[in-house]
Amino acid sequence: MRNRWNIKVEVLGILLAILWLLPFYLMFVNSFKSKKEIFLDTTSPPEAWSFDNYITAFQELDFLRTLFNSLLITVVSVVLIVLFSAMAAYALSRAKSKMSTFLFFLFVSAMLIPFQSVMIPLVTVFGQFDMLNRGGLIFMYIGFGASLSIFLYHGALNNVPKSLDEAAKIDGANRWQVFWHIIFPILKPITVTVAILNIIWIWNDYLLPSLVINTTGSETIPLKMFFFFGEYTKQWHLALAGLTLAIIPVIIFYFFAQRSIIKGVSDGAIK
Amino acid sequence: MRTRELSYWLFLAPVLLALGLVVVVPMVLGLFYSFTAWNGIQTGEFVGFQNYINLFTDERFLDSLWFTTKFSVVSVILINFIGLSLALIVTSKIKTSSLLRTTFFMPNLIGGLILGFIWQFIFLKVFASVGEAVGMESLQAWLSTTETGFWGLVILMSWQMAGYIMVIYIAYLEGLPNELIEAAEIDGASTIQRFRYIIFPLVAPAFTVSMFLTLSNTFKLYDQNLSLTAGGPYNSTEMVAMEIFKTAFVQNAFAYAQAKAIIFFLIVAVIALVQVYINKRREVEM
Repeated sequence: MRNRWNIKVEVLGILLAILWLLPFYLMFVNSFKSKKEIFLDTTSPPEAWSFDNYITAFQELDFLRTLFNSLLITVVSVVLIVLFSAMAAYALSRAKSKMSTFLFFLFVSAMLIPFQSVMIPLVTVFGQFDMLNRGGLIFMYIGFGASLSIFLYHGALNNVPKSLDEAAKIDGANRWQVFWHIIFPILKPITVTVAILNIIWIWNDYLLPSLVINTTGSETIPLKMFFFFGEYTKQWHLALAGLTLAIIPVIIFYFFAQRSIIKGVSDGAIK
Repeated sequence: MRTRELSYWLFLAPVLLALGLVVVVPMVLGLFYSFTAWNGIQTGEFVGFQNYINLFTDERFLDSLWFTTKFSVVSVILINFIGLSLALIVTSKIKTSSLLRTTFFMPNLIGGLILGFIWQFIFLKVFASVGEAVGMESLQAWLSTTETGFWGLVILMSWQMAGYIMVIYIAYLEGLPNELIEAAEIDGASTIQRFRYIIFPLVAPAFTVSMFLTLSNTFKLYDQNLSLTAGGPYNSTEMVAMEIFKTAFVQNAFAYAQAKAIIFFLIVAVIALVQVYINKRREVEM
């Protein structure tokens, strides 16, 4: 009885999983077809696995450069968010005072503000100071990413005993040494969560880069994809090859880090 | 560490600077500009509440607000229903459990913009060709009407977010005490009874978290809206975030767009505060 029920559940699960993958299958098989072949048939595998579409998409997307831009912006932003947020959360959790409570409250309430509510003044102010470039973008990511990251670090730090700090201090370590050599390594599990949440968000972000980056050659993948798609909107064979290219780095990342990714996302949502 | 120490402020300096310049200053400026005739360059004259008065008779804005609300309500229900079902499937005693989790969660890692483009292909091309093959008129011309645009967005978001919500439900389901469920099983409770009287009450907190997470995500939706329908046909599937964007950067009505952005903020903040209130009340009860 028990067993038969489980088999039914398993079959249902597998059928749903196939349904879930169907969009990716359709994107993939059609990305190898010619324009005419897509017109005739969208569901079967291509007659021949030709890479012509990929060669065009690769060149048009300036793929290596675009990939590099995305990597550069994501890595630098995430490293700085992790470091600065951990530092700030450490200060706020160790100095219990009205000031700390107020600042923590400030960071948490900043999470309530949707991007669209600050978008217009943000762009005009940064524009006046000539900061609409990759450096400005990374700075903005720190501002938008700090709140949630500080919140997560703050929660984790409450479980790190203060006696640890004091012991190190007696041994002659200064504040920075205590933080860097003792506290930060202990925070590693939450650092993984913070890093993953910020990587997913920054890597996929479209709106902010679209407002900040306006020079050819510094576009990130979503930004370049938007222009590319606009140009090839009636040529699905090229557009689909481009979309597949854009997804490949994410799939590789997911393949190697899926356990941490799912755990990180779940922790980030529940805490 | 003490607040008076220099090191306290040095540890906080980078994030305070970034948050201040990126969030606090624009928010304060934005609030101020929403009461003026600001055009992006010059502040212009002070107009009091005029921008806010105007937006209550702005049909395009009100339509987008109504469309967003409808979309959010339908999506929240569907995403949570599908997400919970998926979670129940993958937490039962099956062999493919972790493979299924990986699959259902996958769309969340890919940006909304790219997912929207993929689904645009499916709705426009695949639906049409399948519809032709099986003779279903209703699969033709998707995304060309308000209704198909609406359901297109709902399908896209349900497919994308159900796996995310699944992960949250899994966390609560796996935290359930096994003895309790087994005890009920021995006492002869059916699968449905076990779900109704034991699992459901214990995962209730997951509902609050998931509901509000989906609500705030769907209400603020922009990327998927842009790539799937771009607001068309005739702006009828335009959601609030996109409407604000177009008011600012297409019509160049900066101050007016900012007033809309403030209203948008108030709505999102109220949703979030209601959640905080409900969570606090539950903690007190427990």
